[in-house]
Amino acid sequence: MPETRTITLRINGREEEGRFPAHRTLLEALRHLGHMEVKCGCEKGDCGACAVLLDGMAVDSCLTLAWMAAGKEITTVSGLGDLDAPHPLQKAFADGGAAQCGYCIPGIIIAAKAIIDEHPEPSEDDIRLGLSGNLCRCTGYTKIFEAIADAADDMRAEGGAP
Amino acid sequence: MYAPFELDIPTTLDGALAALANGGGETVLPIAGGTNLIVDIRAKRERPDRMVGLGEVDELLGMEFGPERISIGGRTTVSDLLRSPEIAHEAPSLIEAARLFGGLMVRNTGTVAGNIASGSPAADLVPPLLTLDAELTLASASATRTLALDDYYLGYKQDARRPDELITRISWPRLPENSANTFYKLARRKGDAITVTGVAVTLSVADGTCSRARIALASVAPVVRRVKEAEAVLEGQALTPALIDEAAEAAASTCTPIDDIRASAGYRRHTVEALTRRLVTQAWDRLA
Ligand SMILES: Cc1cc2nc3c(=O)[nH]c(=O)nc-3n(C[C@H](O)[C@H](O)[C@H](O)COP(=O)(O)OP(=O)(O)OC[C@H]3O[C@@H](n4cnc5c(N)ncnc54)[C@H](O)[C@@H]3O)c2cc1C
Ligand code: FES
Ligand code: FES
Repeated sequence: MPETRTITLRINGREEEGRFPAHRTLLEALRHLGHMEVKCGCEKGDCGACAVLLDGMAVDSCLTLAWMAAGKEITTVSGLGDLDAPHPLQKAFADGGAAQCGYCIPGIIIAAKAIIDEHPEPSEDDIRLGLSGNLCRCTGYTKIFEAIADAADDMRAEGGAP
Repeated sequence: MYAPFELDIPTTLDGALAALANGGGETVLPIAGGTNLIVDIRAKRERPDRMVGLGEVDELLGMEFGPERISIGGRTTVSDLLRSPEIAHEAPSLIEAARLFGGLMVRNTGTVAGNIASGSPAADLVPPLLTLDAELTLASASATRTLALDDYYLGYKQDARRPDELITRISWPRLPENSANTFYKLARRKGDAITVTGVAVTLSVADGTCSRARIALASVAPVVRRVKEAEAVLEGQALTPALIDEAAEAAASTCTPIDDIRASAGYRRHTVEALTRRLVTQAWDRLA
């Protein structure tokens, strides 16, 4: 049997321990630990539903091994905000009706956060290229692009939100 | 994930090379971004017994811009290229390939060395690097050698890298004055699509003639390769539309594309000719 190892994952600012074999992906580990907001779509890097921030950088958790994420700061969509204190992106998606079934949205909001971190005033090209690794079966993307542009406006108006 | 494997996470290059050297009959593979490897393991195309994660080996990071050569570390990611103004200035073809590479998350973790070592005929960073005359540093626990990227691929998914070697650096000479360096990725859409036809061109002009021509093609042969037959038509000449046509035809007739779900061999050959003509013409018009 392959070795299993107890690792500490720092998820949304809290340390959580789990015992995993080396081949466990970060996606599997996160869901095993109850983080169901991280979605599993294709498990091969195509859909982006599993995206999380790893030390601030968007990655597909289905292509990341859990052991390699130990010691890094992991942020899921729940770490950005919640119903009581939504992140400007979450608010813009809700206000703009940018979600339909919602399955793709956790990954899309993570990618959007990374886009805005790098381009506080994103062009349409920045948004489109930044979302090219996220698939949405429902919306046709238009309202998603608009919500991201709106959130970026809000964040600049607020002078650099979280 | 499916088949289990063991995983080492060394923190030094020596540690990584030692871990790769101690295979003892096992299949040991280095893993960088995992954007090829995890997918291949899941699809049962690869079955490593053990993997050596490169994610903590900081010696493989960093870019150097020397007076003569540019050199990037073996863990440089596609996003690292996009964030570098020096790369944008020195190797615009690489930026063009990096921009349309995968999606954001794949660009953030996928590495240049992983792209080269994957040996895919559609590897987008390879045509630009071939036209820049890139050289690889290959290190093992016992020795370090350099190898021209042009000599790296031996056949479909076959390369000159020994299993215990890592690509530790990728370097290329700075372009001469008055050079153009471009890449065109033809795919079914702009984002996250496998290349149907990729063409990279580097042209240098001195004293009114083409002093150096490099043309490399992706997705139209078992490996990414230069078309030296086409380059030879251009070098030493003052380019004319007729000469450029001749080079484009040489590129099309020496590639060996196949039909697949993305395009037919005929379409690929046609687009190799059209894109070679277009990129060489644009480069010449700009420089001459
Ligand atoms: C959704 C998706 C989209 C993609 N889009 C593109 C695209 O547009 N264009 C494109 O070209 N590719 C694309 N790819 C393929 C892949 O992302 C690239 O080839 C990437 O550069 C691989 O790098 P990696 O670090 O993830 O490699 P890994 O998966 O970690 O490794 C790939 C291979 O390289 C070996 N390796 C890794 N690092 C080294 C090293 N330093 N020395 C020696 N061997 C090494 C590994 O053992 C393995 O055999 C895509 C993949 C996915 C999943
Ligand atoms: S589940 Fe990870 S990209 Fe689709
Ligand atoms: S809202 Fe249903 S997949 Fe995007």
